[in-house]
Order: sequence, then C-alpha cells, then structure tokens
Amino acid sequence: MGSSIRPLRLVAAAAVAFSLTATLAACSDSRQDPPAPAHLVLVTHDSFALSDGVLDAFTAETGVTVEVQALGDAGALVNKLVLTKDSPLGDVVFGIDNTFASRAVDVLEPYVSGALTDAEAPFLLPADQGGDRLTPIDSGDVCVNVDHEWFQEQGLAEPATLEDLADPAYRDLLVVESAGTSSPGLAFLLATIAAFGDDGWQDYWRALVANGVSVAAGWTDAYYAEFSGPSSEGDRPLVVSYSSSPPVEIVDAGAPTPTGVLEATCFRQTEFAGVLAGTRHPAEARLLVDFLLTPTVQSDIPGSMYVYPVVQSTALPETWAAAAVRIDAPFELDPARIGANRERWIEEWSAIAVP
Amino acid sequence: MTGGHPSTRSARSGSGRSTAHWAIWVGAGALIAFLAVFFLWPVGEILWRGLAPDGVPDLAAMGEVIARPRTLRIIGLTLAQAAIATVACLVLGLPAAFVLYRRRFRGRAVFRALALVPFVLPTVVVGVAFKVLFAGTALDGSWLAIILALVFFNVAVVTRTVGIAWEELDPSIEEAAADLGATPLRTFLSVTLPRLGPALASSAIIVFLFCSTAFGVVLVLGGTRYGTVETEIWTLTTQYLDLRAASALSLVQVLFVVVVLWAAGRARSRPEVRTPTPGRAIRLADAPLIAATVIIGALLAVPVVSLALRSLRGADGWTLDHWAALAGVGSGVGGSAPVLAVSPLEALWHSLVFAAVGTAVAMAIGLGASILLSRRPASPRGRRVLAALEGGLMLPLGVSAVVLGFGYLVALDTPPFDLRASPVLVPIAQALVAAPLVIRTLLPVLRGVDPLLRDAAADLGAPPWRVLASVDLRLAARPAVAAAGLAFAVCLGEFGATAFLSRPDWATLPVVIERLAGHPGPGNLAMANAAAVLLAIVTAVALAAGELARGRRLSSRD
Repeated sequence: MGSSIRPLRLVAAAAVAFSLTATLAACSDSRQDPPAPAHLVLVTHDSFALSDGVLDAFTAETGVTVEVQALGDAGALVNKLVLTKDSPLGDVVFGIDNTFASRAVDVLEPYVSGALTDAEAPFLLPADQGGDRLTPIDSGDVCVNVDHEWFQEQGLAEPATLEDLADPAYRDLLVVESAGTSSPGLAFLLATIAAFGDDGWQDYWRALVANGVSVAAGWTDAYYAEFSGPSSEGDRPLVVSYSSSPPVEIVDAGAPTPTGVLEATCFRQTEFAGVLAGTRHPAEARLLVDFLLTPTVQSDIPGSMYVYPVVQSTALPETWAAAAVRIDAPFELDPARIGANRERWIEEWSAIAVP
Repeated sequence: MTGGHPSTRSARSGSGRSTAHWAIWVGAGALIAFLAVFFLWPVGEILWRGLAPDGVPDLAAMGEVIARPRTLRIIGLTLAQAAIATVACLVLGLPAAFVLYRRRFRGRAVFRALALVPFVLPTVVVGVAFKVLFAGTALDGSWLAIILALVFFNVAVVTRTVGIAWEELDPSIEEAAADLGATPLRTFLSVTLPRLGPALASSAIIVFLFCSTAFGVVLVLGGTRYGTVETEIWTLTTQYLDLRAASALSLVQVLFVVVVLWAAGRARSRPEVRTPTPGRAIRLADAPLIAATVIIGALLAVPVVSLALRSLRGADGWTLDHWAALAGVGSGVGGSAPVLAVSPLEALWHSLVFAAVGTAVAMAIGLGASILLSRRPASPRGRRVLAALEGGLMLPLGVSAVVLGFGYLVALDTPPFDLRASPVLVPIAQALVAAPLVIRTLLPVLRGVDPLLRDAAADLGAPPWRVLASVDLRLAARPAVAAAGLAFAVCLGEFGATAFLSRPDWATLPVVIERLAGHPGPGNLAMANAAAVLLAIVTAVALAAGELARGRRLSSRD
C-alpha cells in the first residue's frame, strides 16, 4: 500500500479552509449582529418587484433598512416559512395568497395594518382564518386568455363562459396548467369548483377532458409552447394565464390588442403581507407592513408586478386604463375551505385530468 | 521481483505503512466531516422530521406510503425510464468516445468541448424547444419524448468518461489481436470492451442516477402524466408539504444509489500498464464509426440549433435584438417592470465564479477521495470505512435537490453554520453534485494502476510521497484535467439546488433563464433562448481551452 500524505493533507487542508470560510461567512452575516438602526429582512416570492428607490423611501422615513429575500414561488415561500417556524428566515413576509393563507397562519404574529379602510374590507380574510394576521396588499385574477387574432382568422366566435370551453365547437383549443404543480393551474381548478360546486366540478372536468383540454405542468410550457399568442410558439388559442398578461403582449399601442381575457372564467388571488412570529424587530416590522399600503408602494405595484393595488383610491397607470381588464365578479372561494380541501381536490382532479 | 532487497524494503514499507494509515484516516475524516455537515446532517434532519414527526420513526406509515399503487407505479416508471435512457446513452456514447478520444484529427478539441454542451443547457428552455419540435408528431407528450430528452442531456457523460479511460489504454494489445487475425469486432468485444468495463460501469452509474432524478424536463415534456420519484418528491414537498411521503420516497432514492453502486462495484478495474497516446490518424476502416458519430452529433445539435435560430427570430424576421437585450433585465409593459434583478450578462459572471469555486472544491474532494478509495486497507474496518465513504460521496447524485435545499433551511440555522442566506452554499451544493463525477472518472484510472509500479518505485528507494507523486498523480493528471472540465460543466448547468439556494441579486445564468421563460412579455422567451445559447458557447469555449492545454501537455510529454 503506497502512502499518500501530501494530497491527503491538501484535501484535509481544503476541507478545513472551507469550513473556516463557511464560518467566516456565517459570522459576517448581517443578521448575526444586533444592528444599530434596525435592519429588516423582507421574505417574499420570486415575482416580487418594486421600482428602484421605493424601499429607500421607507429607509429615509424610518431609518430602518430593508433587505429583500425571494424564496421561490408562492407555494414554496409558505412551505419554507412553515418549516423554519422555530428560526424564522426574516421579519416580514409579503406574497402569501388566499390559496395558501390557511397554512401560513401559525407562522405569523397577530397584526393587521390600521391603514386599511372600509373600501379594502372585501379583501380581508375572516378573523379566524388569518384575518387578524394578514394584511391584503394587492390582487390579481387568473383567467382564460384568448388569442383574438386566431379566432378572427378562423371566423369563429370566441367562447365566453366556462361552459363554452366544454363545447365541441372549441375542441382541442384550450391549454391549462396542472393544479398539482402550478399556481395558476390550482387557481383555475378553484374557479371551476366555485362555479360548479362540490358535486359538479368533476363532471365539468370530464367534459373538458373529452373536449381535448391539454394539461401542461407549468405556466411556461402552457403559455410559451402551447398557446398561439404573438410571443408564443404553440397552436392553441385559449390558455389559463393572468388577467395582466394581455397588456404585456401589446407591441404596437395603436393596433387592436392581440389577446384578451374571458372575464367569466376568472379566479381572484389576493396577496397578503404579515409580521413573522419570532422577529426581533416587531415594531419596525409593523411599520414596513403599513408602508406597503402607502401610495408610494401601491401606485408602483401595477407597473412592477402586474397586479392591482388593494387600496381602491390608487390611480392606475394610463397604459393600464386602456389595456388591462378589471374583473368585476371573479370567482372566489373561502380560504378555510381551500385549506381544508386543497389536497383532496387536487387528487380528485389528477384522477380525472391526468389519468 | 521484490526479492532484491528484502531487508530495506520491509523496513521502509513498515514506517511508510504507519504514516499511510495515519494519512488515510485524516483524509477520510476530513471528507466525512465535509459530507456530514453539508449533506448528511441537512438531509438527515429533514428526513427525520418526515419519518419521525414525534421523535419515533413511524415505520408503518412509511410502508403505507411506499405500498400505495401510485408510488409503486412511479417507482417502476422511474426505474424503466432511467434504465432505457442509460442503455441508449451507452450505445450512442461509445462510437463518439472512440472517434473523439482514439482518433486524431483537426478540431478534435473543439468537438470534445461541443459534445459537453447539452449537459449544461437549462432543462426549461430545452424542454420547450423539444416540445415545439415535437408538436404535432406522435412524440408530442409521449414517454419516448422524455427518454429522448434524457439521452440528449446525458450522452455526453458516457462520451467523456469512457473516452478519458479509452485514451489511457495501450493500443498495442488491440494491434496484437489484429495481427493474430482477430476481426475488428472480435478485437473490440474480447479485448477492448473488457478493459473499458470499469469506465462503462462508472458512466452508467452517473447517467442512471441523473436520469432517475431528472425533474424539469420530465415535467415539461410529460405534462405531469409521467411522474418520477423526483417530481413526486418535489410536488409533495413544495406543494403539499407532505414531508412524511416525501421522506419515504427519498429513502427509495437512497436505495437506488446503494443498489446501483453494488451492481457497478462488480466491475472492478484490473491493473494494467497505461500508455496514453494522442490517438492515431483516421483511416478508412473507421468510416462506420465516424458516420455513426456524425449522425449522433447532428441529432444532438438539433435542439441547440433550434434554440439558436429561435433566439434570432423577431416579429418581423431575423434580429439581434434578443442578444442585445442580454445586457438588460428583461421586458415588461413599456419596460417599466424588470423581470430580473440582474442582467443575464451579470448572471453569467456569477455562474462562472460559482462554477470555478465549485469545481475547485469538487476536485479537492474528488481527487482526495479517489486516491483514498483506490487503496485497499489491510484491516476490515478500514475497508468498511472506505466503502461507506464511497457510497456517501455518491448519494448527492441520487438524492433530490429539493430535499437537500429544505434540509439546508432546517439544519444550517445556528452559528457557526447559519448559512441559509449565504451564497457560499451554492458552490458547495454544486461541488456535491460534481464530485461524484470526478470520482467516477478518476477512480477507474487509479484502481487500474499496477501495484507493481508502486512496489518498483519503493524498491528503488522512493519515499511514500514520492511514489504517490510519480506514480498515482502522474497517471491521474491528464484524466484529472478532463474530469475538471466535466465538473465545471456540471457546476455551470446545475439547476435544482442552485435555484433553491439562489437569491435574485446573485442569480446564476440557468436561474435567470428559467425566470425569463416564466414571465410573459414580448421577447422574454427569445431572450431566454439567447441566454441559453450564450451559456452553451461560453461552456464550449472554456472546455475547448482546457482541452487544448491538455493536448499540449500530452504532445510535449511524447
């Protein structure tokens, strides 16, 4: 057996050096030291975006600095918060939506911003279901998007309702996302449950399957690979996406909008913020939640995240007034009902839609 | 042969052996400590939470999860999918390995580098590319489409791992067989193939584990119809928060690794003299293999070329706009809402830095582990430790990235390991995935070193470190450089764990590409395609540069 001292020492040294680097990195982590002016970590989902300088306004006002940490999509965000309940990843969370609200209640401190008025009351959750911990910040709708140009070329009238989508006249035209793996997919399933009830939605989905609905795993492959819209490469003119997707497809402001939404197929997703239980800066964390409702943030939300600000008095950008669709009567479901039935619904749905 | 100086030899190897023992234990200890902190502990903690929510393992519940018809179907599907793709990769990768590593021709370094390109491409954009290519054909949404995509991504592993070993084999034995009248096929089957056995087994392990943990491409192409154990774990963890079922399935994945290692362990290197050659010039008899390689290469190029073309296509014909956009942060309405926190060019820089660090760590682990594992300690306990280390180091290939990610979240939350918000975990996670490939490439070479060589060196008076430097390291040097190229490609392309640990400010290019492809906006998908092609080009250039340096070393040594 030959000896092998040198490289082994190298390996050992590398491992030691490495753990040292790791330790140093850990020690230099800003959350370790009690910072002089408070420093807040805002955990959120990957779609969080505000224009440059918006959060600086909060720092200028309060002296509190904010660090944003995106933790994956809305579902992953909530699950990570639940798993790290005993040593929280931040101080404030933004981006818990009504489909996951019931799961997040345990990781939040009781606090709802006093800046809310009666106009925003419809967005509040019931008190026993997170209503005392989650402050609504914005809302958006998941709707079937339609490729206007395709239907014009085919000389076919566009469908309007959920029932129309199961009509043989629209056979093989719709692509949806899987409710098991995609957030818009789950929202659309919830729309059909709200529309057809506990005992009716299964038959509706059987009819959709018989009518050739295509089920993609995620939004990207549904929208870009199967939808026929101008920036997509597929051939189906109907896709489950967001009510804010059509304005994004406008390249020539003068021309008619190439895509639109079927307003009778929408499900409303409201996004909430809250103070994470275990924060070392509860007072500052509350200030940050309040700040998310100020005009500075609310007026930035449409352009930055393609959703509607929850504060009703907020002026919308001009491009939105022209192209974005405000849905008047979307489908909605009680968050507690979603929380209690989500897994069972997805399982039943999978058995019907992806046998 | 060793009888020349019995007294000096036994005295020397006696002291050498005790230092060697000491060194082996220290090295093994350091590797195990690293593996323990950055893999076993985090994964163990998350599995424990799932399997023993009340502190006591709930075996009945685990059995119930595994015995579900759905679970059994998915396990079967995963095994079948990975097995078929592995066999296909072996069959298709062999001719390419022969042409690229046994024959000498102009531009060989470039082709060797290009062969690794599919390996680093992000599954999301390639998945969409496949989907667009297959649309309207019988392959659309089929199981075969998934297998084709798995072969596309993984055939490079076989080409490179087997090619590196093939390059080291002395061709004179084949020539002798031919001189004695054996047909080329006979020579290949009875002389070459057995000698390539360990390398074939190595690459089969890697491809099988990569395929059995494939995720993005399975979802995009199968549309949730054909789940694998990996997609199931992802769904259970990120969507259902069902840790119990996810942990039970993770144990199934660990079992896969153990079984695969056991099966492959039966193909051990036998010692032989290695004489690396720069390869011989192409001759007429090579025509069929070259034709096969060209066809395979052309098929592999189709999705990449499709990506390149689609990155150059605008609403009004050909355009470079999407490439120019790589310096920016993606488009929203009137450019008001950036999709990204950093531009793809900045992300490329992050990718290169992370991959460089990841490769360095993977090489330190891989080279150290390969030298350790190529030894046969006299004591049974020593052998058991090494066997456990070998298995432990392969686990990161077979265990779900999302499980590791969640493990980091729940385990690394107290100083000195409060690393949850630290970028340092990215290259560590990448190195954990890359190190097994380094080990699988170097181990067959080092296990194949003839012990007589070491004995001869020792007899001639070389101290143990000298034996190591002039026998082991010298023989491992060229394969090590090639393995570093493979490790670099793995680190650049790693998506699962990187995406989990990534933060928008230091996102890597694959993460940025996935994000671009996930947002509506004119040109975002085309920009994602351009970024993917850019990643491919940069990878190919880096690998070709390494390949050229390696080639120069070889020719200067001859």
